Amino acid sequence: MATPESITLQVDGQTLTARPGQMLIEVTDQAGLNVPRFCYHKHLSVAANCRMCLVEVKGAPKPLPACATPCTDGMEVATQSALAREAQQGTMEFLLINHPLDCPICDQGGECELQDVAMGYGGDVSRYTERKRVVQDENIGSLIATDMTRCIHCTRCIRFGSEIAGLRELGATGRGEHMRIGTYIAQSVASELSGNVIDLCPVGALTSRPYRYTARSWELHQAETIAPHDGVGSSLYLHLRRNQILRVVPKENPDCHQTWISDRDRFAYTGINHPDRLTQPMIRENGTLRTASWSEALQQAADLIRATRAERLGLLASPNATLEEYYLGQQLMTGLGSRNIDHRLRQVDFRDDAVNPPYPWLGCRIAELEQNDITFLIGSWLRKDQPLLNHRVHQSVRAGGQVIAVNPVAYDHNYPLALNCVVSPAQMACELAGIAQALKADTEGLAVTVTHAHQQAAEQLRAAQHGSIILGTAAQMHPDYALLRRLAAHIAQAAGLNWGTVGFGCNDLGAWIAGAVPHHTTEATTGQHAAQMQQGGCDTLILLGLEPEADVADPQQTAQALTQARVIALSAYRSPLLEQTADVILPIGVATETSGSFISLQGDRQSFAGAAPPPGEARPGWKVLRVLGNALELAGFDYPDSTHIRDAALQHHTTPLPDNCLGPDRAALQPQATVHNWQRIGGVPIYATDAIVRRAAPLQATPDAWDDTARLNPRMLAEHNLSAGAAVRLTQGEHSITLAVCSDARVPDGCVWYPTGLPGSTQLGASFAHISLEPA
Amino acid sequence: MSLRNAPMQTPVPHPDKTSLFRPDIRAEIDHWIAKYPPEWQQSACMAALMIVQEDNGGHLTTELMDKVADYLDMPPIAVYEVGSFYAMYEHKPVGRHKICLCTNISCMLNGSDHIYQHLQQRLGIRFGEVTEDGQFSLKEVECLGACCGAPMMQIGKTYYEHLTPQRVDQILDRLEAADGK
Repeated sequence: MATPESITLQVDGQTLTARPGQMLIEVTDQAGLNVPRFCYHKHLSVAANCRMCLVEVKGAPKPLPACATPCTDGMEVATQSALAREAQQGTMEFLLINHPLDCPICDQGGECELQDVAMGYGGDVSRYTERKRVVQDENIGSLIATDMTRCIHCTRCIRFGSEIAGLRELGATGRGEHMRIGTYIAQSVASELSGNVIDLCPVGALTSRPYRYTARSWELHQAETIAPHDGVGSSLYLHLRRNQILRVVPKENPDCHQTWISDRDRFAYTGINHPDRLTQPMIRENGTLRTASWSEALQQAADLIRATRAERLGLLASPNATLEEYYLGQQLMTGLGSRNIDHRLRQVDFRDDAVNPPYPWLGCRIAELEQNDITFLIGSWLRKDQPLLNHRVHQSVRAGGQVIAVNPVAYDHNYPLALNCVVSPAQMACELAGIAQALKADTEGLAVTVTHAHQQAAEQLRAAQHGSIILGTAAQMHPDYALLRRLAAHIAQAAGLNWGTVGFGCNDLGAWIAGAVPHHTTEATTGQHAAQMQQGGCDTLILLGLEPEADVADPQQTAQALTQARVIALSAYRSPLLEQTADVILPIGVATETSGSFISLQGDRQSFAGAAPPPGEARPGWKVLRVLGNALELAGFDYPDSTHIRDAALQHHTTPLPDNCLGPDRAALQPQATVHNWQRIGGVPIYATDAIVRRAAPLQATPDAWDDTARLNPRMLAEHNLSAGAAVRLTQGEHSITLAVCSDARVPDGCVWYPTGLPGSTQLGASFAHISLEPA
Repeated sequence: MSLRNAPMQTPVPHPDKTSLFRPDIRAEIDHWIAKYPPEWQQSACMAALMIVQEDNGGHLTTELMDKVADYLDMPPIAVYEVGSFYAMYEHKPVGRHKICLCTNISCMLNGSDHIYQHLQQRLGIRFGEVTEDGQFSLKEVECLGACCGAPMMQIGKTYYEHLTPQRVDQILDRLEAADGK
């Protein structure tokens, strides 16, 4: 029945309903009718330039492209009539004129849209005998291989650049026969979402460079998993051959990442089989590590644990561990009578733990970010930290929304900011207090003067119908995190917005649920938090899945604490600090090698099975923890498989819904970040977030990999008589490193931007702290 | 998704547009920008490219196109697309007089080949080349819409029609004389 909201039309004799104005191809796709296409993609704008989807519409003198023909009531469409078939076959013949028939050496062969459609609509013999065009390839970086002779000019990659990546890097230059897709000036593409053009390309023009020439699609088998690098929780397909992951592609999830994934999720697999992988248990004997059997190593670990007083025993877990690993870790510690467990390795400010939200999350569903009138980023380089959250924010801007930010660096976003307040880390709390004051909200006792910018921000926040405040990674690592969080909550409340945090890894919510935090348990006692353990509060430390010099807030302190303590490391990778300090190393699998569950930032629990066995004698983390529990003769470690652990973890948790509410009885907080001569701005670069990513060579060859320089703004360089490229010595605590400075106008005065997670920063201290800088 | 795209602008406008071009060039480009709605200022891209090409002695460089992109808040690749699409934009140095000879059907039937041969002999260059003294360059162009005067060529902004080798010589002699040779 036709109503104002829906109309009916006849397609190939079937009656279909559509919204007025909906494009024909959407309706046929929903009905499962096959209309061939190359340029159309449901998440991109309509270009209608490939002409493959021509169909016959009754009353129209010529065939019409289904992707650009809006449905009208009573329309009669034939997708397979003689006229339609002739048009489709004609288009196909034209498209094949210049296409090299190099399918046998083409990476796309066997999974190529052109190949598939040519099977259905192409002729069996070519009538074309003239010369074909040849296009020279450009090197566009370490992730995407180009064979532009194969390009059929569908322009999906170009539209992806402007509409999704927010960065138009590829274009169609030249005209007619000379038209070509490329960057024109042969530069690496810099988008953090660039790998998606590999999926979009309907032919073999843009293919995955790391995967190139390694396998044929029919040799691969497919396994599902969840991306283990950020809290978005993107669904992935792993493509494996003989238990080796050869590539990663997205699995569609409309509520989460649609069809896009970040380059980090797509290419990080290249770091899995790195020579650093641990394949055998090791124990320290007479000061040196030697390989050992599992029983020997577990016995040694159990002995070390037994010999430690419960209050001096601690467990530090990576924010990328599975729910099951967190729960067993928590059970292990509880069984031993200790509450010293934490996953917030990069956090330094724990003052608010007593009133912490019980189950912090993003504050809204990921898809809701797209509806925002305003998004307020606090200490967040959302674009690089959580690329697919940023994608939603970018879409909100395209729809007319606004973004404002209070950041320690003028991070580059792929949309304009309505207000970009860039201040040194120490001033961030004051800026927020100013906005809070302008909204007549609680300023946490900070004395502020309200500036015009504060007023402007307050007005924009108040005017918004839907909006989010996002505390980013830099805010979470900030010495005044508790204060920033309270101010964000006050602002959100006063302006009627939601607010949330982005976590540090892919499973922060899982860690909270499973109890991998020193508080919020049924018992009233509170254990040591991550910073206390890093400061040497424990005699024996169990490390779960982390690289202690790169995954923590203060690598210097951590190194000291590990040197003094006994260390039992469950780790997938060796690292210098582990080799120096670990007494027992128990090799475990990475996320793709274990079954488990992650809980995404929007609160979705997603379980996955192991796709490949861990290398050598390494075992999934949950199995190692289970056996460790048995070796310690603790009760309740008899789970037959990981799903039982998951169920127990979910049952154990009392607040099933994510919640960002701060508890009552909050003590006053004094700002801790102080102004020094030089302030370090830390943060974690996009390709330094975890051990796998840091070892993924193709990602480390992109422009987003940090070039190991300290960044200062040009004014500061001039003031201190430094030229770009000059060597400087950065000192924190007792250690210093020497490296080159580079000029970067994004950095505020008095600050040095040098992140953590880099090879050089393992010698340094906390991310947002005092640092001294002198010419070397 | 919709059919029509909003124009793609760079996230951050260039901070100091006055540093990009001389005031007279800016005034000329601004004159063209004013002809379009504010959010469609990139429609002035073609005119801006013509203006900077002329100012640069007849050809564009990547740096100049980047400046035009910055001036109009466009991604550079979008300017490269325009600059490489249209035949009137040059990407290599051209002579002081750019001779555009039409070789399309009407001109071909009326002897454009002879004209080309004569130009080759007289100037010693072929299509796409510049004379050693940089005075003339030769370019093969598609129909310029003067078929009734075929064969024809365009030099600068002037059309020369009904060409014969003698007439070509006269035209070039005049140009050389005007240049003081």
